[in-house]
Amino acid sequence: MTANTQVARSGGRLWQGLSLQQKQVVWAWAFLAVPILFYGLIRFYPTVEAFVISTTNWNLMSSPSFVGLANFKRLMADPVFWQVFRNTFLYLLIGTPVSLVLAFTIAYHLDRVRFMHGFIRALYFLPFLTTATAMAWVWRWFYQPVPIGLINDVISSLGFSQQPFLRSTTQALPAVLAPAIWAGLGFQVVIFLAGLRAIPTTYYEAARIDGVSDFAILRKITLPLLKPTIIFLVVFSSIGFLRIFDQVYNMTSGDPGGPLNATKPLVLMIYQTAFSSFDMGYAAAQTVVLFLVLLCVSLLQLRLLRDR
Amino acid sequence: MTGSSLMQRFAPGRVIVWLLLLAGGLLMLTPLLFMFSTSLKDSADIYDLRLIPAAPTLDNYKTVLSDGRFLRWFWNSLAIATIVTLSNVFFDSLVGYTLAKFQFRGRYLVFLAILSTLMIPTEMLVIPWYVMAKNFGWLDSYWGIMFPGMMTAFGTFLMKQFFETVPNDFLEAARVDGLNEFAIFWRIALPLVTPALSALAIFTFLSNWTAFIWPLIVTTSKELYTLPVGLASFAVESQIQWELIMTGAALATIPTLAVFLLLQRYIVRGVVLAGLKG
Repeated sequence: MTANTQVARSGGRLWQGLSLQQKQVVWAWAFLAVPILFYGLIRFYPTVEAFVISTTNWNLMSSPSFVGLANFKRLMADPVFWQVFRNTFLYLLIGTPVSLVLAFTIAYHLDRVRFMHGFIRALYFLPFLTTATAMAWVWRWFYQPVPIGLINDVISSLGFSQQPFLRSTTQALPAVLAPAIWAGLGFQVVIFLAGLRAIPTTYYEAARIDGVSDFAILRKITLPLLKPTIIFLVVFSSIGFLRIFDQVYNMTSGDPGGPLNATKPLVLMIYQTAFSSFDMGYAAAQTVVLFLVLLCVSLLQLRLLRDR
Repeated sequence: MTGSSLMQRFAPGRVIVWLLLLAGGLLMLTPLLFMFSTSLKDSADIYDLRLIPAAPTLDNYKTVLSDGRFLRWFWNSLAIATIVTLSNVFFDSLVGYTLAKFQFRGRYLVFLAILSTLMIPTEMLVIPWYVMAKNFGWLDSYWGIMFPGMMTAFGTFLMKQFFETVPNDFLEAARVDGLNEFAIFWRIALPLVTPALSALAIFTFLSNWTAFIWPLIVTTSKELYTLPVGLASFAVESQIQWELIMTGAALATIPTLAVFLLLQRYIVRGVVLAGLKG
């Protein structure tokens, strides 16, 4: 803005000579100047840089040396990477369906409830406002063996044997996923509720008059009309689960990534490669893979959900 | 109310559904309730897993707050989240407004370019950002923590959609009155989209308040930690003292819960707005 007033003062005659349309163009670019600088410097340049670094061998100290696709070849041959790749998809493949089905069931019933509606909604929504780091430690405490952990205490008081949870290679991943689903559920419920509200009641009334059953209404009216909401939530939550980090980092610190890397997701591998081993080229190659995975999953889901 | 609708309202099926919903909601609160409960327990009492502490005490809070670390982290988080939120509210609106209300060549290109950054996950950018921060001497500073989030494509897109609903007549009338373009944006257009502004502010504040990976990477000295990063380092240090960890977790959780209880309606509406339009 200041640049613009200066232009107006020093070149007052020039500014006066511009048509209203031309003045608008000057204003528009003046408004966009700082943002364009920001996006160029903080978003586009680093994106290109990430691809460039992924083709180098660089430890931050010496200057980077070009190695072509060697980092990607190394990644394909790295058994830890495949384990991590599998974990990342497990987070997605368990997390997204479980949380969406739960959220929809809750929202579908809550939508018909009038008594204490706001209060019950708030109960489900509250965890969304928590800090993942703080909650990871609460859940970690829940999973401790008997004298400390709440869940094992309940299990053993019911007469079952204790579960290892975070110490087990098979149970650790779902145990880490649980707080992520728990924290995101309220957001999905609230979005589903808004989607359900947007369906005109006349549709339901017409169906009731025709004597259509509740289940048929759900299948023929509610779900098809909720499609935009469902598409949004599937894509949004999938991206969230593929990028899981805070919970894993905090629930398995000391043994990051869990026993035998059982819980390690791609983002944690990136973090360790870059900021513990300072193997920047290799880490950047992993971020390129993350980018491609997110891109493919989003495009695939949009395609599948649109077509149906 | 007629008898039949009363019957319908209190039909056993609906009562059971209501009770199940309430039970589920209370189950959702369990982690929070036990966190607060344990934070009020003496270290000897933490093996007693009853929800209501036998002898509630604030000693853990005194211990955790005594050395000032948590207060420092709290202020760091508050300052950073506030500044980033203000920056987003200002710049995302300005860009959204420009793209919605000005006619100029290149407009669509700028819009597409900004929108395309949504496809790039921030995790891909942390390495170049780290290198950049290192070269410019931004490591271990507020600016270093804040700079990647000062503007977002999400916020720009959200604001653009809302500014498109503002009638051009309003802006034209102001132009005829001789207001300059910035004044039109600031005094005429902006007040018309306050619901969107509050939605953007809530979302930006929350995501910066809880942000973890970037502050973890860019800070090394404890004075500059944000609350989540500080809590993580504190928890590792005091691994076995669960009552202190729960106290730290409670301190990180109380502010957002308190704000939520005060502004519940606005926050839920804001999150829905941001979620659906963004």
